[in-house]
Amino acid sequence: MKTIIKYDGSFEGLLTTIFHIYEQKLKLVSIENKKISTENFFDKSEIVVTDSKKANRVWKGLSKKISASAKRKIYKTYLSELPYMENTILEYVRLAMVAEKNIEKDFSNTYVLEIEKIVKKIDREKHRMDAFVRFRLTRDGIYFATIEPDFNVLPLNADHFKKRYADQKWIIYDVKRNYGVYYDLEKIEMVEMDLSNDVNLKSSENLYFSFEEFQFQELWGNYFKSTNIASRKNMKLHIKHVPKRYWKYLSEKNC
Amino acid sequence: MDFERIKEKLNILADAAKYDVSCSSSGSKRSNKNKGLGDSSGMGICHTYTEDGRCVSLLKILLTNHCIFDCAYCVTRKSNDIKRAAFKVQEVVDLTINFYRRNYIEGLFLSSGIFKNADYTMERLIAVAKKLREEENFNGYIHLKSIPGASDELMREAGLYADRLSVNIEIPTEKGLKLLAPDKDRKDFIKPMEKVKNEIIQYKSEKKLLKKVPLYAPAGQSTQMIVGATGETDAEIMYTSAHFYKNFNLKRVYYSGYIPISYDHRLPSIGTDVPLLRENRLYQTDWLMRFYGFDVRELLNREHPNLDSDIDPKLSWALRNLDQFPVDINRADMRMLLRIPGLGVKSVHKIMNARKFRKLNWENLKAIGVSLNRAKYFLICDSKNYETKDRTSAQLKSLILQQSSSKFSKLHSSQLNLFDNINALPV
Repeated sequence: MKTIIKYDGSFEGLLTTIFHIYEQKLKLVSIENKKISTENFFDKSEIVVTDSKKANRVWKGLSKKISASAKRKIYKTYLSELPYMENTILEYVRLAMVAEKNIEKDFSNTYVLEIEKIVKKIDREKHRMDAFVRFRLTRDGIYFATIEPDFNVLPLNADHFKKRYADQKWIIYDVKRNYGVYYDLEKIEMVEMDLSNDVNLKSSENLYFSFEEFQFQELWGNYFKSTNIASRKNMKLHIKHVPKRYWKYLSEKNC
Repeated sequence: MDFERIKEKLNILADAAKYDVSCSSSGSKRSNKNKGLGDSSGMGICHTYTEDGRCVSLLKILLTNHCIFDCAYCVTRKSNDIKRAAFKVQEVVDLTINFYRRNYIEGLFLSSGIFKNADYTMERLIAVAKKLREEENFNGYIHLKSIPGASDELMREAGLYADRLSVNIEIPTEKGLKLLAPDKDRKDFIKPMEKVKNEIIQYKSEKKLLKKVPLYAPAGQSTQMIVGATGETDAEIMYTSAHFYKNFNLKRVYYSGYIPISYDHRLPSIGTDVPLLRENRLYQTDWLMRFYGFDVRELLNREHPNLDSDIDPKLSWALRNLDQFPVDINRADMRMLLRIPGLGVKSVHKIMNARKFRKLNWENLKAIGVSLNRAKYFLICDSKNYETKDRTSAQLKSLILQQSSSKFSKLHSSQLNLFDNINALPV
């Protein structure tokens, strides 16, 4: 019989869970996010309370076995929110801890490859958000963008935008996960807002955004059309690069 | 800012600039300083893609499409009856900054028709870049065209503000250039390229000795050649390309399938298909030269002056050199691994790491992501089952073609045409 261990869904919670599994010497386990897991009558289940000290010990302990970039891969895997990612991370950690030498480049191992695969997806989505964020200038002078990424990549994007837009205030808001990142010219903070439903509607845009905003959107839309070469039209390739689910946030696809 | 007027200019001058295929925004080292705007120290970003599937990374425009030259292959040629326009320096600056702030672009790609003379034109391009850097503290990416014939002093100055400089060769051979652009001289293209190359070399050597040397064109130089306008062989194109990579340390050579824009009898007529497949094969060859350790003479030579259209150039090379296969995946060096059809640079990197842990078999290779339907005929691994049959090149080729489908299959399948015709018959 396996033990189901439920945690609060945070990264610290996940690391605490791994600590707990080691401490209790549990073998057959499955880690589940308590916010989304369902009851199961056959297996025993426990709830782990997040403890930052324990989480820290695991995180520091990993440094003896794997590089900082491999640790970052673990964090990215966590951000994927994919089902079973917790267990993939657990197996990866177990593999790293027992091995004599560094395992992160053992590309014929199932878990190493699985982590690589997930990280590739995350990196692609992160890169897409670097590309597809479209700021609109609000009436109070903040560059504002909404996104809906497939994975929870916003924490990975924040640094990129901070470096780039050091002299303007901006907010990038993940409407799917209902939180955003706000840069106030000094620092970045996480924010939760009650976004009005009509903020992304054409009809009510001028309530929120500056007049010049619409001019630049129009110029951009025009540029997008002018720079296309009609005799090379290739919609399949176009859609491969810009999948349709992102179109609603791209002003050039909506004018 | 006169919005309607700007819109019209933008339409004309973006439309005229779109035949330049370079869109790269990577390879620079310029990071944000003094809390200014922009950063181009990271990897390049394609912010969107046009319906032709090409990346939009930079605001790509001409400063003006007035031009004193009459190159047959160019839309802005003097004799072409089109709308002409010119941006003011400040207008380009404003557009760039406002597009950049909204995360539409990575920066500016500024080219121009040649008005008055080369230096006069180059000065205007530099003025835009200088204003962006010095007045706007803009650290985004700037790609400037080197105007053929521009003076050394101006090219020196351009590199202080631009991340990349490029001058387009356009026509791969001198005889082609004579035919289509009789007023242009190859030497005028080479001169600014040579100057920039030397400045980059000097920058690198000074950088070793001194701490603070102003950046000089950190993303290097590139060029572009038009393919299919003047009847060159693939060998002629790629030898020219190899020459420029080697002698001018170019970062990139771009290949642009000729898009018919003129009724000039010296050129393919309007309505002729853009040679997309050929363009693709040339890029594959370019990649083999830059990342796979191939010498251009191995891929194209007197016996093979043109690339195969039905198979990629690496497979084509392998089929001509079957004596070098099969390669043992667990022992071969990187050079040989890179030559196996179906293995990319990333797979090779993974294989080199993974085989330190254990001998790799077919399952491992598949999990790593090797495309085995091609690779299996050219390698052996830790497994007893491998392709033992001695096959000729022709047999291998047809086997591989049977098992794969090309995105270009429409272009070289006569079968499909036959069906099309049948459907077209009145029944």
